[in-house]
Amino acid sequence: MKFVDEFRDPAVISKTADEIRRLADPARHYRFMEVCGGHTHAIYRFGLKDLLPENIELVHGPGCPVCVLPMGRIDDGLSIAQDSNTIFTAFGDMMRVPGRHGSPLQHKARGMDIRIVYSPSDALKLARKNPGRHVVFFAIGFETTAPSTALTLMRAKAAGVRNFSVFCNHVTIIPAIRAILDSPDMRIDAFIGPGHVSTVIGCRPYEWIARNEHKPIVVSGFEPLDILQSIVMILEQLHRGEAKVENQYKRVVPWEGNRAALKAMAETFDLRHYFEWRGMGFISQSALRIRDSYAEWDAEARFSIPGVRVTDPKAAQCGEVLKGVLKPSQCKLFGRECTPENPIGALMVSSEGSCAAYYNYEHRKRQPLTQLSVAV
Amino acid sequence: MSTDAPRTRFRDSQIEMAHGAGGKASRRLVEGLFAPLFFPASTEPLSDAAHLTLNGVRIAITADSFVVKPLRFPGGSIGELAVNGTVNDLAVSGARAEALVVTFVLEAGLPSEVLEAEARAMAQAAAKAGVVIAGGDTKVVENGKADRMYITTAGIGCPMPELNLSAASVRPGDKVLLSGPVGDHGVTILLARGELDLEAELCSDTRSVLPMVEAIALAAGPGVRWMRDPTRGGLATSLNELARDAGVGVRLAEESIPLRDAVRGACELLGLDPLHIANEGQFVAIIAPEHADAALEALRASPGGGEAALIGEIREQPVATVLGAASYGGTRVIDMLVGDPLPRIC
Repeated sequence: MKFVDEFRDPAVISKTADEIRRLADPARHYRFMEVCGGHTHAIYRFGLKDLLPENIELVHGPGCPVCVLPMGRIDDGLSIAQDSNTIFTAFGDMMRVPGRHGSPLQHKARGMDIRIVYSPSDALKLARKNPGRHVVFFAIGFETTAPSTALTLMRAKAAGVRNFSVFCNHVTIIPAIRAILDSPDMRIDAFIGPGHVSTVIGCRPYEWIARNEHKPIVVSGFEPLDILQSIVMILEQLHRGEAKVENQYKRVVPWEGNRAALKAMAETFDLRHYFEWRGMGFISQSALRIRDSYAEWDAEARFSIPGVRVTDPKAAQCGEVLKGVLKPSQCKLFGRECTPENPIGALMVSSEGSCAAYYNYEHRKRQPLTQLSVAV
Repeated sequence: MSTDAPRTRFRDSQIEMAHGAGGKASRRLVEGLFAPLFFPASTEPLSDAAHLTLNGVRIAITADSFVVKPLRFPGGSIGELAVNGTVNDLAVSGARAEALVVTFVLEAGLPSEVLEAEARAMAQAAAKAGVVIAGGDTKVVENGKADRMYITTAGIGCPMPELNLSAASVRPGDKVLLSGPVGDHGVTILLARGELDLEAELCSDTRSVLPMVEAIALAAGPGVRWMRDPTRGGLATSLNELARDAGVGVRLAEESIPLRDAVRGACELLGLDPLHIANEGQFVAIIAPEHADAALEALRASPGGGEAALIGEIREQPVATVLGAASYGGTRVIDMLVGDPLPRIC
């Protein structure tokens, strides 16, 4: 398959893995954070850890939109869905994320009209098809998905579709990276930069990381070869004593980003003063709200939202895992109370969540049968 | 299942779509709720059909319900599925289907021509599979209380004398044989629903696998250890069930698994694993190493088996786990299906 197979070529992959081993200083221990959940998923799915030397540790970052959403926002969303005149729509990833009284999927099983859509424009289509009902789209995601929500809002306004609104939970990546770097228990040598987010925001917003924090950051694609090549580029920078932003994913990411997408976002969104991130607490200027000029399509303006705040179960250590302080398997609940089937934290739900990725692709490789949860 | 494995309990508070998806939740429902009540004394792993001895005669029996949406799709329809699904469940248990009975649940308001078309499709599929439809029942519910039509078929068959299948006979070193490309059915249905703006030249693989099973029974009978048709939950779920039931590891060479580009492309786009996607005309068999080549050859020579491939082997470790190995050296755990990415697929 074109644009995929070239990046999974066994000969080139093993050559790149050799290059990594040659560049890595055996006397050092490296910690590289892959910011994006898509990378976490790819690293496990392709078994890339098997190809890296022991002294290169990949630390999973906060770039999984489902994972960073606090439970209270899910309950808030479900409170809108309760109205029998409402059709509540969300991405498939959201459906199994637990709220206080169950996930959207469990609420759907009890009879709420909750539907999976693949894009916000599908939700808008649904609104046009059902003029007698109100369709709410549960918007989540970083700058990757925010433009499609923005364009959908613009389309809804232009066409005067009044039975449609968006419950906006979009967040931005830079404040999350800053929060991680500010966290005292964090030691990261370099970043594998998010590929999809960067198609929108470009590479410039990362320059402060190189300049002020003196850490290399390489924006990377998602195929095995992309990720390995990015690690080579990071090691080369460290070897030369440099710290700069580099773009490995040039075939997709323009240095300046996507102006049309940024313009649509600026038209429809502005920054919230602060927003709660699961496990990381309130981060200022870290999320988007719908502008007043689009208030008619803002579910938070149209409905009374309870503004639920729920603390995560005490034993769950989602925050530490999200910040990369703990490995998924070091959480007390991992693989016991918390599994992809019965997730307690959102990191166990999304395929981009580091706990789910680790559980699905990795942990049983390393565990003897006695520790296995045979509870199917 | 290994003897020291804890007994599965069904504690879920309500039924959800995942309980019908063929993955982990389905297995928990069957093992935790149905099995202890219906066959408390049985220690046999669960399979696609039950083999019983009645008055000294061995028979195989099974049943399957079909709730697919839409009713018609490229390559087949609910009627064809209803015949082939039950014929295949018997075939992979090592039995030749002899007779089916059929139950229709119809919604008031269903155009008669839709029903007639499905009845015709069933008659044709039955003739092709060499099985008799011997009886049945029809129920009608109010408009809106069922999705046009549901079909249940039950089938009875004769065990093939050449085959004696069980998970317990699977040994390290055995080979994994797959009859053809995976994922065609599930992705076809997904695209046929028209909810995604995706198009591809793709057909459901629904067919009777009996001729192919007969071909390998003849060529490698005593070497055939276990078979399954990977329908809901896909190849990954079938092989995970084997790994757990037999207490072995399964190692797949991922590049050797036949897969059409259209299926692979759709799965890459949608973030689905093709190994979790339903098939309706494929089966996977575990073959003793000394019989593997003969089985592969016989399968490839049989009609529709041209794309069959050996895709992996049984290992001692890691127990109860399916591993996928890439040719560049990376490995991943391939788990059972969790949740239900594609409901109402068959």
